[in-house]
Amino acid sequence: MPMAERSIAVEVEDLHKSFRVPSRRIDTLKERALHLLSPVEYTTFEALRGLSFEIAEGECFGVVGRNGSGKTTLLKLLASIYRPDRGRIRVAGTLAPFIELSVGFNPNLTARNNVLLNGVMMGSTPKEARRRFDEVIEFAELEEFVELPLRNYSSGMSMRLGFSLMVFSEADVMLVDEVLAVGDASFAQKCADVFQRMRDEGRTIVLVTHDMDSLKAMCDRAILIEDGVIELAGDADPVAHRYLQINLSGPDGPPPIAVDGGGAQDAARIARTWLEDSSGERARSFEHGSPTRLCVDIDVRARIERPVLAFEICAADGTQVFGAPLALAEQDGRLEAGEQVEVRATVSNLLTPGRYVVNCALSQNGIDAVDLLRPAAQFVVTGEHQFGYVELEWECEIERRPRASAVEAVDR
Amino acid sequence: MSAVGSAPALRDVPGPSAVGGGAKRFFELTWLLASTDFKLNYLDTAFGYLWSLMRPLLLFGVLYTVFTKVLRFGGDIPHYADLVLFNIILYGFFSESTTRSVGCIPGSEHIVRKTQFPRLVIPLSVVLTGLFNLCLSLIAVFVFLIATGVTPRLTWLALPLILALLLLLTAGVSTLLSVLYVRFRDIAQIWGVLALAIFYASPVLYPVEKVPHSLQWLLLINPLAPLLTAGRRLVIDPNAPSTVDIVGSAWGIIGPALVLVVICVTAFWLFNRAAPQVAEEL
Ligand SMILES: Nc1ncnc2c1ncn2[C@@H]1O[C@H](COP(=O)(O)OP(=O)(O)OP(=O)(O)O)[C@@H](O)[C@H]1O
Ligand SMILES: [Mg+2]
Repeated sequence: MPMAERSIAVEVEDLHKSFRVPSRRIDTLKERALHLLSPVEYTTFEALRGLSFEIAEGECFGVVGRNGSGKTTLLKLLASIYRPDRGRIRVAGTLAPFIELSVGFNPNLTARNNVLLNGVMMGSTPKEARRRFDEVIEFAELEEFVELPLRNYSSGMSMRLGFSLMVFSEADVMLVDEVLAVGDASFAQKCADVFQRMRDEGRTIVLVTHDMDSLKAMCDRAILIEDGVIELAGDADPVAHRYLQINLSGPDGPPPIAVDGGGAQDAARIARTWLEDSSGERARSFEHGSPTRLCVDIDVRARIERPVLAFEICAADGTQVFGAPLALAEQDGRLEAGEQVEVRATVSNLLTPGRYVVNCALSQNGIDAVDLLRPAAQFVVTGEHQFGYVELEWECEIERRPRASAVEAVDR
Repeated sequence: MSAVGSAPALRDVPGPSAVGGGAKRFFELTWLLASTDFKLNYLDTAFGYLWSLMRPLLLFGVLYTVFTKVLRFGGDIPHYADLVLFNIILYGFFSESTTRSVGCIPGSEHIVRKTQFPRLVIPLSVVLTGLFNLCLSLIAVFVFLIATGVTPRLTWLALPLILALLLLLTAGVSTLLSVLYVRFRDIAQIWGVLALAIFYASPVLYPVEKVPHSLQWLLLINPLAPLLTAGRRLVIDPNAPSTVDIVGSAWGIIGPALVLVVICVTAFWLFNRAAPQVAEEL
């Protein structure tokens, strides 16, 4: 890994954490006295089983995994909120955890008191916390609500407050748990800028996220946690890729494009996908009627027999609107290791306004899945028509007759 | 891999604990939590201070009337009214702080689950809030004492010593209750009854010399007894007997002191043991 000259900011070795959940909850003295002789039984749940990794100073390090895979647990262990069962955690410098931003506030206290308290909780002195107060409020754009108790804040407002606290934190290592995309659009942009600035300043950030786009945009490296172990560690791109793959095969039902591992999964990779408009510019929003171009680049690592790239366009509700297989080689042909394939498919745009997702799957011999990307791209169609998925060509005639004929016909 | 010149060195993370993180931070946090809470409850509401005085004054009014007019008690005790008021305020600090401490750890869930700080700060900040309130109430008490003819004396200056010991006792009991409550939720009801029993078993409404011989063991195990008695001698009536006089031996002091030490040591030991897991067991 390319961290030769950078010093290490966080080092985790063989980290284990399990939770003991009593099989029957005995939480009063009375019950305890009644069950004096029967021992309390516990079921042990192993949340993390032997994690080891290193984070270099100044790195933005992603942690991804499905719900309940142990990401928050990991951050809480790093932050000394939980105690590890086994293993060693070492950190260089100060560390500040930002876990579910807005929930750490006391609803009865005003924003002012919450900001001061939170600052001190995170390790600043009361003096520093007071000095930073104005900046924090200004960034959150909540100057008018400083004396309002937090229980009267909207959830977006208290998240903004939490986020600004994070912005002005001076810790060397920041642990950030799913706090991106805070507030409305303009604030979200501000937050993205802040992360960029922190990265440029060389702060070490540990970022937990479910959004693979922001992971790829912000993180240098990442780990994927699955069932309490590190499933994959390395550069952000492959980790994001694997995360999407794992998430697809999850219990949420089979994806519209089936994957049944034919043992060929490392043979090739759908490296990049994007959409272009009719002028050849990358775009994510298309006027109804203007053609859409789907671009897919494939890196081939090992020979693939009879390769087929299938793509589908799905509406926001998951309905498959259109799909097509594209044979990548002539009859009975193959792709050789090292080849790069560029696919450019132009699709006429009959779609009604709304959000759509493009999924791509690469397979060999017609059935063996090689790679799957879902979503491969997302786009929005703009226009007037309101109903259905596609706007078919249509015309109508309307004829009205006087009352005598007593018929009013509408002909579509 | 070698560390770059100015970069801080790798250090093991401390893990969650009862007191870790340095005395300064511990004190700052306790003070900040207590003062924030105090302002919220006593100063921010319009009649906060008067309101916080109302409860002990009302209690004093009722008990004093019942004891002097109905039970015809206290006629032979010099400055009986002052004694009862003074004691009610001191006991009020003890009972209010301990009662509020019972559920204080789940009550601070929002910070316990999200941030790292010495956990002992939680019960101690509740006690400190109570202490702020006590100090304000004592101003009113001293006004009352002077107005009803108690002569100010130099021994009044020794009152902080009594308060310090009372603070220690309250902190010990509060810490104990807060950690027990995490495991046993019926501690809240149990303490409600116990606190009432302690109120009548302590020389609050009656002075020590009225405790009959058969009940003197109560004085030997109750740290509140020598504290209230010493408070009375220092502040109200220098001629009043001390606990030692009544019990007839130094055990009048040593007994309660031992109980105090046992409470504090047990409380700290239990809390220290539970602190690392508190965040995950809430
Ligand atoms: N205090 C606790 N007591 C018992 N079990 C716990 C506790 N904290 C977490 N767990 C369990 O540990 C597992 C991991 O939880 P964790 O919160 O780390 O997941 P996560 O990866 O952050 O998930 P998400 O993506 O939903 O935030 C879960 O199965 C959860 O039920
Ligand atoms: Mg989580």
